[in-house]
Amino acid sequence: MIDVNCFIGAYPFRELPHPEPAVLVRVLEREGIERAWVGHLPTAFHRDVTAGNDALFAALEPHRAVLDPVPAIRPDWPHWERALASAHALGARAVRAYPAQWGMGPHDAAMARLAGACGELGVPLVLTTKFEDVRQRSAIDVSPELSGAHVRAVVRSDARVDVIVTAAGRALVEETHWGLTPDERARLRWDISWIWGPPEDHLAHLFRTIGADRFLFGSGWPLRLVQSPIANLELLPAELRRLRLAEAL
Amino acid sequence: MRDAPHAPLAGPTPLVDVHAHFYHPASGRGDWERVNAARLRAGEQIGIGVHIASILGSWGHTSPTYFPSPADLTAGNDAMLAIAAAHPDRVRCYVSVNPNDASHARDEIARCVDRGAVGIKLAASRRADDALVDPIADEAARRGLPVLHHIWQHRTREWPGQEISDGADLGRLAARHPRASFILAHIGGGGDWAHSCAAVADIENIYVDLSGSGVDRGMLDMVYDAVGASRMVWGCDITMETGLAKLRALESVGLEDDELADVRWRNAARIFPHNTLPGIPTSGVAARHTASMRVPR
Repeated sequence: MIDVNCFIGAYPFRELPHPEPAVLVRVLEREGIERAWVGHLPTAFHRDVTAGNDALFAALEPHRAVLDPVPAIRPDWPHWERALASAHALGARAVRAYPAQWGMGPHDAAMARLAGACGELGVPLVLTTKFEDVRQRSAIDVSPELSGAHVRAVVRSDARVDVIVTAAGRALVEETHWGLTPDERARLRWDISWIWGPPEDHLAHLFRTIGADRFLFGSGWPLRLVQSPIANLELLPAELRRLRLAEAL
Repeated sequence: MRDAPHAPLAGPTPLVDVHAHFYHPASGRGDWERVNAARLRAGEQIGIGVHIASILGSWGHTSPTYFPSPADLTAGNDAMLAIAAAHPDRVRCYVSVNPNDASHARDEIARCVDRGAVGIKLAASRRADDALVDPIADEAARRGLPVLHHIWQHRTREWPGQEISDGADLGRLAARHPRASFILAHIGGGGDWAHSCAAVADIENIYVDLSGSGVDRGMLDMVYDAVGASRMVWGCDITMETGLAKLRALESVGLEDDELADVRWRNAARIFPHNTLPGIPTSGVAARHTASMRVPR
């Protein structure tokens, strides 16, 4: 099992206990998770992502056997194509983009260009719905959550791009999935970090209606407990427990 | 991943969920039976011995969830009592009341306790420190019933549909009623939990319920540091996977076995009326406010 939704680094709005790569490696081992795709949390809140990406690659270098870097690429920044090519050459497993934090609307042309470039390289594009529950956000944390319109537009913008959306709930998954063609849906996957289990059984519902193969294991560590998505899978109704999540791309 | 399908996922030690909910035909949702069954199914998987649950009127169908009408409260409490009666081995209930209807609240507490209710549920019909809540807290103390109070962790503004309270509001109520036990609802249920930890740290008759969909790292550590294991109670509310996850995470936080037992069941046995929780031992469980209480660190 691979956790596709991990970070290292500090969060601007509260203290996180030990968001270091060595701790993440121990957590993965404790929970029986093989590897993790890891982003650099502070970079999501930086204007220029360059320094954060450099820090990510440097911090993960001793742990590359277990941790795969997922740097951020900001497609309205000068020379972003060069940054993407460099990240790819350095072995980035995927790239992250934060259109909501960058003030980009659902149909921003720069995001379409990034989707096209990722499709060309065969690098999955990871989008983040949210970092924290809306009810606890700082007064200066005013970025909207990623919308279904954002996701649909990115998926439709290039027929080759594979998109992974993290931290979505049932409503966003459904409005997006059923708003795409079968070919488009086939290039979109979701992590399960923020999908409710019993008694509402949103995860079970989505497995039945959309299919377990549309979902990836993800936790949101170090913001959230990695135990939560594990518990969610264990608490699936018996007939669904044998289903397998998608393999990370 | 644990792979013993027949063993309780949370282990064999007794486990009490102090914050559960059920639905009923007047809830306005067609899948109410499925959701109730799912709670019991997941409870069996986890190993929950007792679900202590409430129904908040019609859940918004015929009056607002957090401002339920007297008629809806009565119907909801009746439905909750019926569910408890149907599952005497594993379900107990709170009586839900709206402090704005003072005489109805008083009568409903008496009626439902006579039929087996073991606690009082206050949602968000009136702020926790409002004088209208005092008679209910007095009644709770007189009867030895804990009050589970819905909380928004740090109220920074008004939110629609609720007269929302936070930890500081509940603290003022608890300070006025030192003989009553209050459960601060769902520390992971939305809002800034760090504020609540600070607000209630020194108020010994407030217990912190760990339920809620929030699984922020650092939250459990802070609750433990603020109030200690002797004032933490376990629950799920409407997301049971997060309840199981937090239970497991408590071990990583560093609680010892005896402290884990406090959180899992022993604190509940202390604050709910004795011998009302099925399968939960009461021998050797001292009442609240004894020397056995751990000093917060």
